[in-house]
Amino acid sequence: MTKPAAATRSLVVEREMPHPPEKIWRALTEGPLIEEWLMKNDFQPVVGHRFNFRATPMPHWNGVTDCQVLVVEPNERLSYSWNASGEEAAGGLKTVVTWTLTPTKGGVLVRMEQSGFRPEDEANYQGANYGWQRFVGGLERVAAALD
Amino acid sequence: MQTVPDQLFKTLADPTRRAIFERLVRDGEQTVRALTDRAGVSQPAVSKHLGVLKLAGLVRDRPEGRSVHYSAEPQGLAPLIDWMSLYGAFWRDRFDRLEALLNRMDQ
Repeated sequence: MTKPAAATRSLVVEREMPHPPEKIWRALTEGPLIEEWLMKNDFQPVVGHRFNFRATPMPHWNGVTDCQVLVVEPNERLSYSWNASGEEAAGGLKTVVTWTLTPTKGGVLVRMEQSGFRPEDEANYQGANYGWQRFVGGLERVAAALD
Repeated sequence: MQTVPDQLFKTLADPTRRAIFERLVRDGEQTVRALTDRAGVSQPAVSKHLGVLKLAGLVRDRPEGRSVHYSAEPQGLAPLIDWMSLYGAFWRDRFDRLEALLNRMDQ
């Protein structure tokens, strides 16, 4: 954790959304709304608050993400840690997720940066690779069933 | 199935090995001797690192006379990129769901 971030990688996803920042902020910070698009959670928009995201457990992944709120700047910036939990925590994923809302002509540019992926996260790799593959696959099935 | 990415991540976790790989990517094919001159470790150590890199699919060797030339195989990094793109797929999917939610929400 005290190692410099030199060898880490970030993942950025951004998209312009035709909605006011206040509305997007609600979707990012109100627990029941977060659950609708991300995962079950006990999030509170309070710096220092510790919370979890919970997905259905699967082999090699307990489904739990340990988080702590790092930055709350209403309608502009939200940041929380996103770490492996339980047995996987020691050698597991230690990342930070930062949301930035930038007003544009047509709405808001929503930017998500997940930083801190280390090549040496090998224990996590197995869990993440397998877990997310299953996870994304599961989501596709759910989404297909909705249409 | 898991041995390939496993090997890759272990291989890149070592800073000396990572430096050797990065040099081969940057400067092209080189002999063990040339690599040793700048690696700051002994020739047997460099050879050992190269052996591990080769096993992980990150370098290729080409014997020529009495020396062996090594070059990088950057496509060996594919599992790492796959790993990153899985997270990318995860978040893009979540962005879709976020947008769908925003469309449903009242102000």
